Amino acid sequence: MAVTVSIPTILRTHTGGEKSVEASGATVGEIIDNIEAQHGGLKARLVKDEKLHRFINVYVNDEDVRFSGGLEASIKDGDTVTILPAVAGGAR
Amino acid sequence: MLRIRRDLVAAIVEHARRDHPDEACGVIAGPDDGTDRPERFIPMINAARSPTFYEFDSADLLRLYREMGARDEIPVVIYHSHTATEAYPSRTDIKFAQEPFAHYVLVSTKDPDEHEFRSYRIVEGVVTEEPVEVVESYMFANTGSDDVPDA
Repeated sequence: MAVTVSIPTILRTHTGGEKSVEASGATVGEIIDNIEAQHGGLKARLVKDEKLHRFINVYVNDEDVRFSGGLEASIKDGDTVTILPAVAGGAR
Repeated sequence: MLRIRRDLVAAIVEHARRDHPDEACGVIAGPDDGTDRPERFIPMINAARSPTFYEFDSADLLRLYREMGARDEIPVVIYHSHTATEAYPSRTDIKFAQEPFAHYVLVSTKDPDEHEFRSYRIVEGVVTEEPVEVVESYMFANTGSDDVPDA
């Protein structure tokens, strides 16, 4: 499955400044592996202990994959994958 | 340095006061043209509804970034309040800060009468406080303090 993956500002150092990249795979995990093969260093920013990092949100179309299988979430041809850093913090 | 309009500072402080004792959060978007000018005030819901933590709801976050993308905007300011502590980034704030070009604004509403309004850059875990210049408008450059006549 070929999809377009939108890359947030903070990770564009890994994509030569590109805002989006083309990638292929049947699941979110495979898409991330495929991006890693093209642009080394990105996976470590997204995945920790075989799970998506707490600080990162990944969406397939409008769906946050945290609620639809995480790295196992399936990808169809033409889907849009969006990676966004969580905006969070606080005094605690 | 953060240069920001007075009405936007007032909007942030008002939001922080309104949500007190929970933390308030939001963004001021501005054009993605290198001018570093905060323009569009976008209060966000704190999905954590907590006095010690804030988080944009993940669906709201996606909508926000899509909207900014469609309007060629970036988050120039990302603000939140601390309601019982000073306006300085906590360890949690630093861990989550992932917009290297944003001004991270913190407002403390600890004191019911006086608020603290401070701004920081947070890049790869390093916090740098910066001066805040409050202006009436972005139209005219400030050429000196008000009690010194401009040359």
